[in-house]
Amino acid sequence: MQAAKRPAISIPTRRHPSGARKEGAPVAWAILAWVVGLIVFFPAFYIVATGFKSEATAVQLPPKFIPIPGHPDLGWFNQFIFDPTLEQYREVKSRGFVPFFENSIIASLLSTAIVLVLAVPAAYALALRPMKHWKDILFFFISTKFMPPAGIIIPLYIIFKNAHLLNTIQGLVIMYTAMNLPIAIWMLRSFFEEVPRDIIDAARVDGAGIFREMIEILVPMVGPGIAATAFLSMIFAWNEFFFAVNLVATEKAATVPLFMQKFITSEGLFWAKLSAASTMAIAPVVILGWISQRQLVRGLSMGAVK
Amino acid sequence: MAVAKEDIAGAHSGVAPVTHAHEYGSIGRWLVAPALIFAIVVTQVPFVYTLYYSTFRYNLLRPERRKFVGLENYRRILTDDVVFRDALVNTFLFTFAAVIISLLLGLFYAELVNHRFPGRGIVRTMLITPFLVMPVAGALGWKNMMMDPDFGVINWLIRAVQPGSGSWNPVWLAHYPRQSIVIMLVWRWAPFMMLILLAGMQSIDEEVREAARVDGASPVQEFIGITLPHLYRFMQLGALLGTVYIVQEVDQIFMTTQGGPGTLTTNLPYYVYETAIRGSQVGRGAAIGVVVVILTIIAMTVLLRLLDRMLRSSYAGG
Repeated sequence: MQAAKRPAISIPTRRHPSGARKEGAPVAWAILAWVVGLIVFFPAFYIVATGFKSEATAVQLPPKFIPIPGHPDLGWFNQFIFDPTLEQYREVKSRGFVPFFENSIIASLLSTAIVLVLAVPAAYALALRPMKHWKDILFFFISTKFMPPAGIIIPLYIIFKNAHLLNTIQGLVIMYTAMNLPIAIWMLRSFFEEVPRDIIDAARVDGAGIFREMIEILVPMVGPGIAATAFLSMIFAWNEFFFAVNLVATEKAATVPLFMQKFITSEGLFWAKLSAASTMAIAPVVILGWISQRQLVRGLSMGAVK
Repeated sequence: MAVAKEDIAGAHSGVAPVTHAHEYGSIGRWLVAPALIFAIVVTQVPFVYTLYYSTFRYNLLRPERRKFVGLENYRRILTDDVVFRDALVNTFLFTFAAVIISLLLGLFYAELVNHRFPGRGIVRTMLITPFLVMPVAGALGWKNMMMDPDFGVINWLIRAVQPGSGSWNPVWLAHYPRQSIVIMLVWRWAPFMMLILLAGMQSIDEEVREAARVDGASPVQEFIGITLPHLYRFMQLGALLGTVYIVQEVDQIFMTTQGGPGTLTTNLPYYVYETAIRGSQVGRGAAIGVVVVILTIIAMTVLLRLLDRMLRSSYAGG
């Protein structure tokens, strides 16, 4: 939450050190912003709150969303207050949530690492070592995103089966790498392009080899961009469902989204338990996103900054 | 296609990067090669298989009856497949509605937090959150805790504010399935648009703004005259990325409506899934997949061109 309180996301052309655009908005603006923010946030917040309820409280109306232990008397607000419990979390943990969580962590981290290993040199080359047809190559990468996963899932299933990649984390890692590679290359290329030409030319005059130029001079300069790319790649990998549900059938390699799916089919609809599971499923990436929001803003938009 | 390529790769880079190409010769190619080979192997090989399977009648449950049928699968999809047509319409509706509304709402969110007020960072954090929530978990939350006709928050609110008998109590996913899907999509993607537009807003030259204010521009004039024209490339980027992801959206449909009632919320990706995986009809599913890929590429190209023309003409000189 620390990061969230920092003022505006800055990008290189900003003029005011504050980063803020106006001296201060009228009170009505602040109220409007807070109201909109709370409405947008409410569904996510309500999922988390419901995870701390008993099943009976979960379906009570008016909706209870203020967790306060004990039964304090807060007048009109009493109808929205509930006494939080960790009962559902114990339940969810006892259904074997942890292995799914570990699989998700391995799949997202590993695929993100491979994405960076492949994308950094490629993006560097596309930005600064132009070759013939570089635009076609870039367009090819982007165009692989135009293909809906559903379009290739059957052949993929058959290929995976023959290659013994079904029901393995390695299989998911391969798919998540392919899924995030195009956007990573695109984002990183924009960052490399932002590096002033003088610095690169100076390094080359100094006789820096290509790898020194890339690793010692450029990578530190585009560090925030690499971080943003990694965050985005992790978010998409962590949340991915379609490849997981079709390519993994056993629990050996199943990820958190599959736990959610298995949970509702085997448990029926118990809202509080479901919400506790959801909360555990979304927490890592939501927190990661909160911390990295400044880099995300910058990173996603680099393709549009002149 | 050429336009798309220009937009994605070239237009913003200004100067064509040709410096020193001769010095290092083919090094660039070697650096791109690993990523390129990986992408070709993992995405193009299955696609070639998809093309191959699309020419067969091939039911996984009766593999012995597999038979080459040429373009028959395509003919049937394009001429007498009612569900395909519904799915096509739904995909277009969902994508079009969700991208446009998300862009507008994202613009609104971004403008909200682009001003200084107490707790601005917290509000921005709250606004970003839906994009981070796992779609599967978010969809379950919306379907149950928000949209349930009896115990959901939305209908509780509707009943509470309704005067008189309070008889309007919609079953969202049955009575308004398409709208419900769009609501969930917009909830998730508007924050994504905000992320993109916010950086755009903050890259505006403050001196230009000040000059406008000195000239007596109202906040609305300032927004229309300076902010919007500056944002056009960012909006284009948002529309492009949003379309790529929303066209393929299948998680929410999978977890909420399963394509129903009837085929009202069946989009193309879900239809491929239903045909190929649930229905075991590999050949037909593959053919639909190929058609989807072609349509997506056409749509992206047209969209980019349209957007470009639209925005350029309305903000000429911006």
